[in-house]
Amino acid sequence: MHKKMAFSFPDEVLEHVFSFIQSDKDRNAVSMVCKSWYEIERWCRRKVFVGNCYAVSPRMVIRRFPEFRSIELKGKPHFADFNLVPDGWGGYVFPWIAEMAGAYPWLEEIRLKRMVVTDESLELIAKSFKNFKVLVLSSCEGFSTDGLAAIAASCKNLKELDLRDCEVDDLSAHWLSHFPETYTSLVSLNISCLGSDEASFSALERLVHRCTNLKTLRLNRAVPLDKIANILRHAPQLVEFGTGTYTADVRPDVYSDLAGVLSSCKELKSLSGFWDVIPDYLPAIYPVCSKLTSLNLSYATIQSPDLIKLVSHCPNLQRLLVLDYIEDSGLEVLASSCKDLQELRVFPSDPFGAEPNVSLTEQGLVAVSLGCPKLQSVLYFCRRMSNEALVTIARSRPNFTRFRLCIIEPKTADYLTLEPLDVGFGAIVQYCKDLRRLSLSGLLTDRVFEYIGTYAKKLEMLSVAFAGDSDLGLHHVLSGCESLRKLEIRDCPFGDKALLANAAKLETMRSLWMSSCAVSFAACKLLGQKMPRLNVEVIDERGPPDSRPENCPVDKLYIYRSIAGPRFDMPPFVWTMDEDSGLRLS
Amino acid sequence: MSSENGKRLLETDAGGLNFEATELTLGLPGEPRVTSDGGAKLGSKRGFSETVDLKLGDNNREVKLGHSLQEAAKSPVSKTQVVGWPPVRGFAKRGKKSCKYVKVAVDGAPYLRKVDLEIYNSYQQLLTSLEDMFSCFTIRNYLNEKKIEQVNGIEYMPTYEDKDGDWMLVGDVPWQMFVESCKRLRLMKSSEAVGLGLTTGPKYSSTN
Repeated sequence: MHKKMAFSFPDEVLEHVFSFIQSDKDRNAVSMVCKSWYEIERWCRRKVFVGNCYAVSPRMVIRRFPEFRSIELKGKPHFADFNLVPDGWGGYVFPWIAEMAGAYPWLEEIRLKRMVVTDESLELIAKSFKNFKVLVLSSCEGFSTDGLAAIAASCKNLKELDLRDCEVDDLSAHWLSHFPETYTSLVSLNISCLGSDEASFSALERLVHRCTNLKTLRLNRAVPLDKIANILRHAPQLVEFGTGTYTADVRPDVYSDLAGVLSSCKELKSLSGFWDVIPDYLPAIYPVCSKLTSLNLSYATIQSPDLIKLVSHCPNLQRLLVLDYIEDSGLEVLASSCKDLQELRVFPSDPFGAEPNVSLTEQGLVAVSLGCPKLQSVLYFCRRMSNEALVTIARSRPNFTRFRLCIIEPKTADYLTLEPLDVGFGAIVQYCKDLRRLSLSGLLTDRVFEYIGTYAKKLEMLSVAFAGDSDLGLHHVLSGCESLRKLEIRDCPFGDKALLANAAKLETMRSLWMSSCAVSFAACKLLGQKMPRLNVEVIDERGPPDSRPENCPVDKLYIYRSIAGPRFDMPPFVWTMDEDSGLRLS
Repeated sequence: MSSENGKRLLETDAGGLNFEATELTLGLPGEPRVTSDGGAKLGSKRGFSETVDLKLGDNNREVKLGHSLQEAAKSPVSKTQVVGWPPVRGFAKRGKKSCKYVKVAVDGAPYLRKVDLEIYNSYQQLLTSLEDMFSCFTIRNYLNEKKIEQVNGIEYMPTYEDKDGDWMLVGDVPWQMFVESCKRLRLMKSSEAVGLGLTTGPKYSSTN
């Protein structure tokens, strides 16, 4: 009778059922039910997500999933965004492209984050995948506009080209002209990261004109304000738009052109860009504000009064990115005007100044937390904080899923009581039961980690800097946070004991980063020796770690689980501790 | 708080270049340095030249360079001079007019760094920041030298590749011109620089 049940559904039926399951987590769960489900699932998986490009090899992925159409890969650790990962560390996409070029001529989508992408890779993509549709490069580097030209010229079915926060060697803006005149399928184009002094406006205009399905267009800074009207005139169907530089001599004709063309964009929901904004031109966007759900003003260096005016026109705002010029007063207005707000990011206008240059404090964050019932994601830079404020925030907004607070000066205490901020962050993890991501800052002892280990059961990513007193802190986190996948730590007094005691935990996580901590070379070797399914990478700019005593702390440590074994593309300042490292004595 | 003095000092820095300031010497760790803490104080109000005497605890209002600067002078390494902190994206061009990232190579070091030239206002700030960035590398070289008692570090000549592909000495041209034409930086060992005919006579005083 049991046999009958196992074969009661033909494969095709199961496949059909599985096709409704899109999320990777669910797909992975499905594949673990039994062998036959594993087999069926692997043949019909169409989207593959690899959170760490070194966790698995391209060949392994190809072997298991013979028919995927879309791949997403992530490379460098997150702290690479802040210059903590030296150039040349790794994250090269070329080996993946090379393997897939042979195995998947029908590949349609490639999404990469923090990877090194060369022109050679882009040219290979252009050449190998005839039905290529989507290229999203997020925080990538290593390529130039020549590579983009190859994509433009060859990918006849390209729908999406999104370069967000990439470092591109801007050789020439003429790459845009490589899109053939017959090419019309573009739906999304994001070139906001490109520099290029001379931009090929006419090519851009023609491209926008003939691509009538264009929904997302994010221009770069080089596009002047007076050119925007010409471009937008051809694209009234746009849903997402990023301006270029938003400054010009104040001329009534430029203004009225701009205002006119913007008001004809009835579908606009998202605006960004706004480099070098001068307030006089801002009212041009008021007509579209009532429909806006997303507004990125993080490049707009305008002051609070203008920001307040703008924000009060946007009652349907769900996502706001802004500089701290908005100040507490602006955030209070935001709290009363934008009841649908879900995500807020406030960036520092003068991150390296020692003195505050704006009146933005913990009060702004409190106001928004109290006033916006749907707020769930926050990234907030400020210069002072109190436990009282954090407790208020936690109590009033238990629906936070992402809470990232950066108090600019390391180890800043509660400004009211001069105590550590342990209790405040403790409240955050206690009340916000669905918290998935947390970034800590300010003066913190081991206590805060005890709270986190006790309460933060759904926490997946934790960022720690200049915090804690001892290994106990790290131990609380590693032993308590059941859902932890990514942990990144810098400048904390965490050493060998907690790490070695929780070695097994590391295999349940994607990765651990520790820099300027107190982990010794000996401990790294031991970990590498005992845990063959972990890659323990020592990154040390002072030279080989075995040229120093074993108990010397390593500069940087990156540990990640992998079934691909140690990698072979490491630069001279990275060492992998493997099973043999215990045998080689210094 | 930008005093007239502050402005004047900036001009001294950019105009009549203090050539001694452009010579990069990487000293002993822990040795008190008169730093411009250019890495931390990047606002244009805070530039100053090495020639300013820091009078600690002095109420001299004429040379009032800010409370934070006095704090920095008390401890050799300012609290805020930390790589990657605060965690703002390097190439996020927020609040800045533009952004110019160049790679920095140091002879003998196995890795590159990147700096954004736009955040500095003078050669002094740039070089101080480079000194901080590569200070751990200094330690290694220093130990190799086996001169425990000596004060000298290894001397490096800061050089750069310009738009035409030529290698030039840092400091030859006015600061803004340098920022515009610099494609990448290289801290070359002085001995090598001599060999390439890059050293010039009177501009750079020898510290040997």
